[in-house]
Amino acid sequence: MKDYKYIGKDVIRIDALEKISGAAIYGDDIDFGANLLYAELVQSTQAHAIIKSINTSEAQKVKGVYKVFTGKDFPYKFGLYMKDRYIFAQDKVRFVGEQIAAVIAYSPGAAKRGAELVKVEYEALPAVLNQMDALADNATLLHPDLADYPHVPWFFPKPGTNVAHWRKTRKGNLEQGFAQADYILEDTYTVPRYAHCAIETHVAIGKFDHSGRLTVWSSSQSPHTQRHLFAEALGLSHKDVRVIAPHVGGGFGGKAGVTMEIIPAALATKLKGYAVKLRYSREQEFINTYQRLGVVARIKMGVTKDGSITALDHKIYWDAGAYVEYGANVVNAVGLSAIGPYRIDNVSIDSVCVYTNLPPGGAYRGFGYSEMLFGLESHVTRIANELKLDQVEFRRRNAIKEGDLTAYGAKMNPNGLVECIDRVQAAIAWGKKPVSTDPNKLIGQGFSLFWKAPAMPPNASSSAFLKFNEDATINLIISGMDIGQGYQTVMAQIAAEILSIPPSKIRVETPDTDRNPYEWQTVASHITWSSGNAVKKAAIDAREQIFALITRVYHYPIDELYLEDEAVKCNTDSAFILPLKDFVVDGIMTSDGTFKGGPINARGMFMPEFSSTNGDPETSQGGHPNVHYTVGAAALNLEIDKETGKMRVLKAALAIDAGKALNPDLVRGQITGGLLQGLATVLYEDMRYDANGKLLNPNFTDYKIPTAMDVPDEIIPIIVEVPQPDGPFGARGIGEHTMLPAAPMIANAVEDATGIRIKSMPVTAEKVAMAILAKKG
Amino acid sequence: MKEINLTLNNESRSVLVEPNEILLDVLRDKLGVKSPKCGCERGDCGACTVLLDGQAVRSCLILAVEAEGHSITTVEGISADKLSALQEAFIQFNSFQCGYCAPGIILAVTELLEKHPKPTLEQIKESIAGNLCRCTGYTPIFNAIMSLTKEEK
Repeated sequence: MKDYKYIGKDVIRIDALEKISGAAIYGDDIDFGANLLYAELVQSTQAHAIIKSINTSEAQKVKGVYKVFTGKDFPYKFGLYMKDRYIFAQDKVRFVGEQIAAVIAYSPGAAKRGAELVKVEYEALPAVLNQMDALADNATLLHPDLADYPHVPWFFPKPGTNVAHWRKTRKGNLEQGFAQADYILEDTYTVPRYAHCAIETHVAIGKFDHSGRLTVWSSSQSPHTQRHLFAEALGLSHKDVRVIAPHVGGGFGGKAGVTMEIIPAALATKLKGYAVKLRYSREQEFINTYQRLGVVARIKMGVTKDGSITALDHKIYWDAGAYVEYGANVVNAVGLSAIGPYRIDNVSIDSVCVYTNLPPGGAYRGFGYSEMLFGLESHVTRIANELKLDQVEFRRRNAIKEGDLTAYGAKMNPNGLVECIDRVQAAIAWGKKPVSTDPNKLIGQGFSLFWKAPAMPPNASSSAFLKFNEDATINLIISGMDIGQGYQTVMAQIAAEILSIPPSKIRVETPDTDRNPYEWQTVASHITWSSGNAVKKAAIDAREQIFALITRVYHYPIDELYLEDEAVKCNTDSAFILPLKDFVVDGIMTSDGTFKGGPINARGMFMPEFSSTNGDPETSQGGHPNVHYTVGAAALNLEIDKETGKMRVLKAALAIDAGKALNPDLVRGQITGGLLQGLATVLYEDMRYDANGKLLNPNFTDYKIPTAMDVPDEIIPIIVEVPQPDGPFGARGIGEHTMLPAAPMIANAVEDATGIRIKSMPVTAEKVAMAILAKKG
Repeated sequence: MKEINLTLNNESRSVLVEPNEILLDVLRDKLGVKSPKCGCERGDCGACTVLLDGQAVRSCLILAVEAEGHSITTVEGISADKLSALQEAFIQFNSFQCGYCAPGIILAVTELLEKHPKPTLEQIKESIAGNLCRCTGYTPIFNAIMSLTKEEK
């Protein structure tokens, strides 16, 4: 393998000093001076109701309240993949917490007092609070005018029902596949909703100045997508909308697309000259951004007695909430990929996106694959156990390999899945689980595979500008967001490698859509791959400009030139060493005193031109909707207290095929962080709703996220590198994937230890203790 | 409004505050110190942690008037001349990702290291058990702190 200077090295993060010294600026840290107004929302107390009237007169009287706006001021719909969402509720509310009005005041306190005084009169409608009820024949419809909603061509809504999208994937002959099977297992698995819980809540500030230009400062993973949706919804030209995205205090998918940011953007257009700020409280953050979708999955799998999977029928019903403009694509993504990382010839997948009167579902780290894999990887373990086969061997035997066909008929990319299995098996000492010295404790082992592809439109693109400064330092101008994963550093490493400039001499700022080139969004774990390709091209463009200039001035052939240690050198003339700082801005002086060259400014762009979504609507065969999959394996040793059910992860190993780990320590950081986030979803997190659709635990006291006390005793991160042919230096994304195997491996370990199979998440201590008690009889 | 006097990052400051204003808002909006962050406004997350006379406290749970006569330190204060060994270790070990919780955690551990220069892993965990980090999984934070205790041996 080629020896790189910066690629594959544990380069120190270029945003470290900012973030560790307190200098980093987040959305709420920006000062706007005396012309700042504060917005507070009036939110629905009903899950489904007609709005009879809104009385704002008392609110208007509060000292410090400036104005009150309602839905009639903003009769606009918006949405990323389907326009089904409103800036403010129009005639109807569809979930508890939906924004109905905004009170604008000179102080946050006055806005809040005003919002409490807005009176809304409702006429209640029947509410559908889970997806199975919503699918019933006589179910109340959330969107009777679904037929009129604009959407991307690869969505298939069913007007007259609550089905917003139905992704069907069919391959081979299902009946024949089950006929070949010696054993068939069929069961149902359920997964509740989850919250992202970034420590920074959403904040956005809109300003519409007297020249008619809208600027929005937004804590966002998606500045360009936001600009596009703001322009579309508010009827503005893209050139007159500017989104500035400062540092983001955690995203996890929750700050992807557009949720609350459109509110201050829209409000600003009616508050000319002012800046208007909306900062969510923790409670609002839980209720009205996106939530992870809930799932009911019915799995039927057939296998031969020697352990080959012959058929899979996977039906997944998603509780997608009141608006699915982003969430329907979660459903779509999993509907293409619900075979898991397995080679299966006969497949039927139905992934059904169902409207419910709960908050909108949307992107959450893993994009539906966590939910899907809980059922599938539980099921695989059970089948292997039933057949008395080792479950790891069973997985290895059926693991998808390069060139195998995916469920939609495209070829699987090169991957190191089997190597991941082998290395995890060795790291965890599979089959040799420790025995507790405490008679009250049981220990179980759990295993799981995982895979995930970026879910993106086929024309999702990235671009990069690169400019040299006088001292040959670089400003790399890109529009992905460093939401913590280390994007800025890795992009700097890519440019550094091509241009022989240390990453510490490259500055990457957070984006401003006026100045930074287009990026689709920082989602889908595609940014290292896609933006990385754009940055690499920009760096190569800069290098080509440099070499062309050197050739023009010094007449060395271009193919004899190379860059090393911040200088241009020549293969055939070792005496020629021209430091970049001598000419990258000022040019090169020639013998007659004139200068040649000038500032080196470069650009790069990447769009996956091979991708398409034109598969058959009834089978999904024919297109190439997913650019590639990232795969991996994980296992753990779990200690369980027989009386309390309390669980402790003694050791966990997770192997992921990064293609090429551009910065291995950042990859390891994703493993330790993602794994804990995944473990929390299975061990204790859970959004609880009451019978009226009200969230019962919208705070960190009642919705527990992991603390320092909840960390596994030992985590073994394993990096596998089977290069991605079209990735920058072979890299592919790994960020979301690290949380995917957590839930099934816990359920599998619980069964290994206790003989009890738990088929609904979360697998809490309480649930385990009660099951142990029930088993005792 | 009442004028309060306090020491902020080793400088004497006076500021007019309302009786119901929390220290977090006064630090951020009236004294221009932005590193203490708001994450929950009820003491759950620890992002607003500051040192009050050397003790880590939640600035969202303290009224600004209670800071009268006390010394407040934020991460700007401990970064003024050069980074502390702890901050350097955070950088070396990638002990942060999005960075939002980092100022609070650094201050909580600063207090710990003042009291226990060679803390055990359990003491480290306890010291930051009230500071939520959603990104790192905490392990890189433990590693950074443990590296300091090793160097001192």
